[in-house]
Amino acid sequence: MSTTEKTAASGIGPIEGDGELAYSVDNPAPYIEAPRQRTKKTPKSTRGNFEMAAWLFMRLSGIVLVVLVIGHLLIQLVLDGGVSKIGFAFVAGRWASPFWQTWDLAMLWLAMLHGANGLRTVINDYAERPNTRLWLKGLLYTATVFTILLGTLVIFTFDPNIR
Amino acid sequence: MPAGTLYRGREGMWSWVAHRVTGVLIFFFLFVHVLDTALVRVSPEAYDEVVATYKTPIVALLEYGLVAAILFHALNGLRVIAVDFWSKGPRYQKQMLWTVVGVWVVLMVGALYPILGHAVREVLGS
Repeated sequence: MSTTEKTAASGIGPIEGDGELAYSVDNPAPYIEAPRQRTKKTPKSTRGNFEMAAWLFMRLSGIVLVVLVIGHLLIQLVLDGGVSKIGFAFVAGRWASPFWQTWDLAMLWLAMLHGANGLRTVINDYAERPNTRLWLKGLLYTATVFTILLGTLVIFTFDPNIR
Repeated sequence: MPAGTLYRGREGMWSWVAHRVTGVLIFFFLFVHVLDTALVRVSPEAYDEVVATYKTPIVALLEYGLVAAILFHALNGLRVIAVDFWSKGPRYQKQMLWTVVGVWVVLMVGALYPILGHAVREVLGS
């Protein structure tokens, strides 16, 4: 790619386009080179790639969630009378089908993990004292595990003849 | 001028702020929503009682707000993915934001009647 050629002086690569300043107030995003490029001499990182995996997970789960959640909103709030039809009988009817059980289970897990990772980022950004971060993240992870387990249990043990 | 400062106070920054705010709101709703759905394991009456409050006009307004937050977060999330993975994404981030806003407005107008229709009928007593 021609835009990635290195310039020694600056960390910002040459800008694609006609050689004029191709970025401006309206296009404030020139290509920025990675600050440290890995070579054969670079020591192996001992930290793993967790943050990269989390970054990728946000994008992949996001695409799947767009489909799952918008479908969910259409069914629950728009089609067939909207919210007024929802009740125990409606839930029982839908969870009689393994398809909708799987749909809701996937939505629960992906949305909770996507949201938890998002909130982890927000905590990392704004909570500056180590103790505050520790407690907020502890609370976040506890609530997340509890909610995922509760929701999973409800989907798998649902009993339409509970009464 | 350092390129970094061009971001501040512009479309890129405000869409990032809106993405954060809507994301946090949706996540907090999700906790409540899993808890209310868990009532189907308690009894049909307990579940139906809570869902009945979701059918009141005021909560219908909240539902409309929730849909607004989810649709913006979904559409802007697709824009973020395009900025990250499409080679021309960063250059067109602003145009893509206004596309997101346009599609969002159309969808929100479309959601008016399905989500708020029953609430309006109830308030007007018909």
